[in-house]
Amino acid sequence: MSRKLLFEHIATPGIRGLEGYRANGGYRSVEKALRTMSPEAVLEEVKKSGLRGRGGAGFPTGLKWSFLAKPEGVPRYLVVNADESEPGTFKDRYLMERIPHMLIEGMITSSFAMGAHTSYIYIRGEYFYVARIIEQAIAEARAAGWLGKNILGSGFDHEIHVQVGAGAYICGEETALLESLEGKRGNPRIKPPFPAVMGLYNCPTVVNNVETIAAVVPIVNDGGEEYAKIGIGKSAGTKLISAGGNVKRPGVYEIDLGITCDEFINSDEYCGGVEGRAFKAVVPGGSSVPIIPYELFLKTATGESRLMTYESLADGGFATGTMMGSGGFYAYNDAQCIVRSTWNHARFYSHESCGQCSPCREGTGWMEKILHRLEHGEGRSEDIDLLWDVQRKIEGNTICPLGDAAAWPVASAIRHFRDEFEYHIRFPQKVKDPKHFEKEPFARNPKFATA
Amino acid sequence: MSARTRPITTTAGTRPFAFSEAALAECKALMARYPEGRSKSALIPILHIAQSENDGWLSVNAMDAVAHVMGLQHIEVYEVASFYSMFNLHPVGTYVLDVCRTAPCMLRGSDDLIAHLEKKLGVHCGETTKDGMFTLKGVECLGSCGTAPMLQCGAGYHEKLTIESADALIDALRARNQRTNYTDQ
Repeated sequence: MSRKLLFEHIATPGIRGLEGYRANGGYRSVEKALRTMSPEAVLEEVKKSGLRGRGGAGFPTGLKWSFLAKPEGVPRYLVVNADESEPGTFKDRYLMERIPHMLIEGMITSSFAMGAHTSYIYIRGEYFYVARIIEQAIAEARAAGWLGKNILGSGFDHEIHVQVGAGAYICGEETALLESLEGKRGNPRIKPPFPAVMGLYNCPTVVNNVETIAAVVPIVNDGGEEYAKIGIGKSAGTKLISAGGNVKRPGVYEIDLGITCDEFINSDEYCGGVEGRAFKAVVPGGSSVPIIPYELFLKTATGESRLMTYESLADGGFATGTMMGSGGFYAYNDAQCIVRSTWNHARFYSHESCGQCSPCREGTGWMEKILHRLEHGEGRSEDIDLLWDVQRKIEGNTICPLGDAAAWPVASAIRHFRDEFEYHIRFPQKVKDPKHFEKEPFARNPKFATA
Repeated sequence: MSARTRPITTTAGTRPFAFSEAALAECKALMARYPEGRSKSALIPILHIAQSENDGWLSVNAMDAVAHVMGLQHIEVYEVASFYSMFNLHPVGTYVLDVCRTAPCMLRGSDDLIAHLEKKLGVHCGETTKDGMFTLKGVECLGSCGTAPMLQCGAGYHEKLTIESADALIDALRARNQRTNYTDQ
C-alpha cells in the first residue's frame, strides 16, 4: 500500500472548499514557512526532498529554484504549468478539480521561497470548468487572508491569477507557455537564456508542473528528509500516475516510486490487470515516451524486475527501456494494432507542431502520411526504412523537445514491432479492415522484437 | 503548411460585431490584472469572450474589435487566433462537439464513437449539419483518458460514452437548442 501524500484526503467530503481543506490540515505549510522559516530554509527542504519535476522532464526541483536570478528591483514569477496535454495524462486535472486548495497552498509556500509576489496558473483552455473551480478556491483563500498583502502578518504579499489557454499541446513546453501567457503564438524560445534568468516579461521565472508544486506542501510540512525516505535513490517521494487504455481499472493513482511495474499493472490496488485479452504493450509516461512490449515492461533486458522509477523505466536506454515521463500510462491489449496507434501518435504531433523548425514541421507531416498509408493497406516496401530515416532526422534537430517527442514513438514502434509493420505491407487487404487484429491477434515474435 | 496556422474567414458571415457592455467590462478588468505595459497577456482570454459573443466563432469583425479594445495591430490578433485550435475561424453550429481521437481514447473505442456520430449526424469531422445544430470536430487529447471515450461540448466533458449515451446526449442537446460556449459557467 503506497503512502498518500497528495491524495490522503482526496475522497474526504468537503475537501474542495476552504473549510474542509483547512479542517484536514490545509495551509499548515504556509503557516510553517511564513512564521518559522526563511525562504532559503524552504528551498533547502525542497532540495533535501529529492523532488523532481513531475511534468515529464524529471529535473530536480530544488536545483531549478536555485537557478532563479535575483537582481535588485526586478520582479520574479512562479508560473504553474497546468497545460496538461501529454496524451495519456490526466493527473493534474484530477488533483485540481478535487483538491484545488492544495495547489494554491503549494504556490504560496513555493513563491515565498522564491520571493515571487505574483504567480500564474496557465491552464489549458479545454479545462475551463477546472479554471472556474480554481478561481473559486483563490477567492476563498483571498477572503481568508491566505492571499493578498502581508499574509499572516509576515510582510509577504502574494497574488495568484488563472490564465486559460486555447488549445495547443506545445504550450506545455515552458517557453511556449510563457509566450502564450504574454498573449502570443506558442512558439518555443531558444534557450539560453533560460526562464530562471529571462522568463515571463523578461523577468526571472520558475515554471513548475501542478503536481510538483502540490508536493511542496508535504515536503514543507514533514521535512524534505521524510519525503526522501519514500522511493529509491534519485526517484524520491510519491508520483501520480494516470492509467488508461486497456486496463481494468483506469484512474489516477498515487504510488510510492519504486513499486514494481508488475504490481502497478496487475494489482487490484492499481490497474487490476489488462482488460479481457492478452497484454501486448505499454506507453508508461505519455505518448512521447517509447512504447515497449509487455515483457520488457515487466522485466528489464537483463531479467530484473522493472520498477516504477525514473531510472528503472529508462534501464536499457531506448534499445530496451522507456521513460517515466509525465506518468500518463496506457496499456494495449492484443486486439490493438501498433501501426494504427503509431499513425495516431504521428497525426497528433503533426497537428501540434508549432511549425517553427523545419525538421519537425515537415517531418511530422511526412511520418503521418507514411503511417496513414501503411495502416490503410497502401504501404510500400521501402516505407519502414523511410520512416526510420525521417524520425532520425527530426530527433535532436529542433528548438524544443516536441521534435524528439514525435520521433521516439515512431522509432520505438519500429524497433520493437517491426514484424507488425512488415505484415501491413505483406497483407494490405487484411489491414484494410480497421479492426484487423480483433479477431486474430498479430502473432508477435518476441525474440525478433527485442533484438 | 503547419496545422498551427489556419486560414481566417474574410467573407462568409461577417456581420458587424460589438462587445456587450458586460463583456467589455470583463475585458478591461482582464487587461488591468497584468503588470503595466503587459495587457497583451489578456489576448487569449479576450478572444474566448469574443468567440462566445459571436455565435461561437471568430470573424474578422470580431477579431478587429478585440484589436481595437486592446490597442493592438489587427495582425497581432489574427496570428494568435489562427494558432490555437479552440478558436473557430469559420461559422459553427449551435453545438460544437469536440470528440477526442488521440491514442488513449482510440484504445477505448473513440474510432467507433466518431464513426457513429458521423453517420448519425450525416457529416464528417470538421463539418456542420445542414440544420446548423451540430459541428463535429475530431480533437486531440482532452485529458480524459481514464474516462474514454469522451467528447467536450462547451465547458462540459461528457465521459465514458457508449453509442447509446452519445445518442441520448445528441437528442437532449437538440431538444434544448441553446448555444454552448467554452466560457459557460
